Amino acid sequence: MKPDLTAEPPQDTPLPRPKTSTLKRLMRHQALYVLLIPGLLYFVVFRYWPLWNAQIAFKDFNPTLGVEGSPWAGFKYFIQFFESFYFSQLMTNTLIISVAKLVLGIPPAIILAIAIHEARLKWLARGAQTVSYLPHFLSWVIVFGVLLALLSPSEGLVNQAIGALGGDTIPFLTSPEFFRSVIVLSDIWKETGWGAILYLAALLSINPTLYEAAEVDGATRWQRIWHISIPGMLDVIILVTLLRLGHILDAGFGQIFVLYSLPVYSVADVIDTWVYRQGIQNFQFSLATAVGLFKGLIGLALILTANRMAQRFSGRGLY
Amino acid sequence: MEDTLTSRKPRTRDDLLFDGLINGILLFVLIVTLIPLVYVVMVSVTPMGEKSSLFLPPTQWSFSAYIELLKQPAMLRAGLNSVIITVGGVLVSMIVTVLTAYPLSRRDLPGRKIISGLILFTFLFNAGLIPLYLVIRDLGLINSYWALLLNGAVSVYNLFVMKNFFENLPDSLEEAARIDGASELQILWHIVMPLSKPILLTIGLFYAVTSWNNFFDPILFFSDREMMPLPVILRDILTGLNSADYAESTSNTTSHPEALKMAAVVLTTLPMLLIYPWIQKYFTRGTLTGGVKE
Repeated sequence: MKPDLTAEPPQDTPLPRPKTSTLKRLMRHQALYVLLIPGLLYFVVFRYWPLWNAQIAFKDFNPTLGVEGSPWAGFKYFIQFFESFYFSQLMTNTLIISVAKLVLGIPPAIILAIAIHEARLKWLARGAQTVSYLPHFLSWVIVFGVLLALLSPSEGLVNQAIGALGGDTIPFLTSPEFFRSVIVLSDIWKETGWGAILYLAALLSINPTLYEAAEVDGATRWQRIWHISIPGMLDVIILVTLLRLGHILDAGFGQIFVLYSLPVYSVADVIDTWVYRQGIQNFQFSLATAVGLFKGLIGLALILTANRMAQRFSGRGLY
Repeated sequence: MEDTLTSRKPRTRDDLLFDGLINGILLFVLIVTLIPLVYVVMVSVTPMGEKSSLFLPPTQWSFSAYIELLKQPAMLRAGLNSVIITVGGVLVSMIVTVLTAYPLSRRDLPGRKIISGLILFTFLFNAGLIPLYLVIRDLGLINSYWALLLNGAVSVYNLFVMKNFFENLPDSLEEAARIDGASELQILWHIVMPLSKPILLTIGLFYAVTSWNNFFDPILFFSDREMMPLPVILRDILTGLNSADYAESTSNTTSHPEALKMAAVVLTTLPMLLIYPWIQKYFTRGTLTGGVKE
């Protein structure tokens, strides 16, 4: 990686230094550049080299000829994907799962944050908070085990309850009617507590005198939530929503990959899981790369747009 | 803060309703989060021949499922693999992340904006799975632990959080050391690192959790079953895949097959539960708002 030769002069040096040549400035920092070597190597090898390899999306990739040696194929694989019946199925599944997680996932986190903030029983608030983070740190494989304990047709807790009430057992994880609900609800179970942190941080940064003044004016606690807490969180709510919109094509690869199975592919298969199966399992390297690249480019455009909108609406952005 | 203000007043009916609702929500979250986890533990200790149920605890606890799992060489091997991946992953990640974050936190470093920009770009856009797979393959890292340690070496998010933390440290100490002739590495080691303990611990724990939970990379980069960590084995146990490895234990088993599955879930979760109080303590500082720039 080339050091930046056109950088502006350092801005907040403690003492005004005499003007030195660029070379001298670089030399003065040579020790720092040496420290940067492992990190830069990492990004070049594991993040930029794959970008170079992505050219196989436009080639008929042949492993014996290698990335550079394979013949060019133009947009063949992109067109093949757009014209295949998978295209609409994958886009539909990806968007349904992703939008459902967004729409159904954000309100519980906001409500939890408000509840923690308003609670008078501090031990209960602290307990709920501590416990609600925990699932975030469990992997989806663990959650898969938990879901089996709850949902398996033979021993699952939910099916035991259904049985006790006289209903028929439901194979939730393998039936297309229920699979998406399981995906969305388990995501809410896992991430609500973690998601509430940002809203809680926003609530804690609201000036307490606002609440006191409202109380003196006779506002009920409902009114204080509506007129102070919600507006105080609005920036963060907008920010989180926009940024998640930027990731709308990421329906949650790890989760779906662990939980899905052949009977539910029709409702569960998303772009990322399809890329894995076509690329790694069926050796369709060029096709899978083309689809991955398509997703990446749409994603990049969405994220940049979302970030710009976040900056406009709330004055804050992530990047 | 408002506790003392309002609690002196007589509670109105509206107020009681409000508190009831708030407490109800919190209790609901507490219970809904915990019940599935408690149930997993209960199933894991249910002896053969008994049916597990949430409201009727097993008549006696049986740890035979745990004993059987721990007697299996495949399980112990997977546990060892997980430890190698986690310890190695944290070491590599922390070294590379600190060494990258520190120079980038120095405002007087020429080129720091361009380098940060190039790093940020990889966060926003990546080439996808297959091109990365080809890199790992071309480097000869298939079936090598290095595939996981190196591919997961830096999380851009963690890197920027750490960089922001370093930027907010007081400059005066570093300046003083520099005047005394300390080298950059000495400044980093003796001054910056001791001042950064909270962030180093937080990020170290984040890397540990990520490595311990790493499930997909081993499937992608390892074909050797001997190298698979616990999460991969756990999924095989849960789905009944590759049951040949466990056939012995499940055929002449003295434990409930469901108990065996849930015991495997608990064993894989255990290290997480042991370090969770630590994570809890540290993660709120710095990381929560650190990612959101004004």
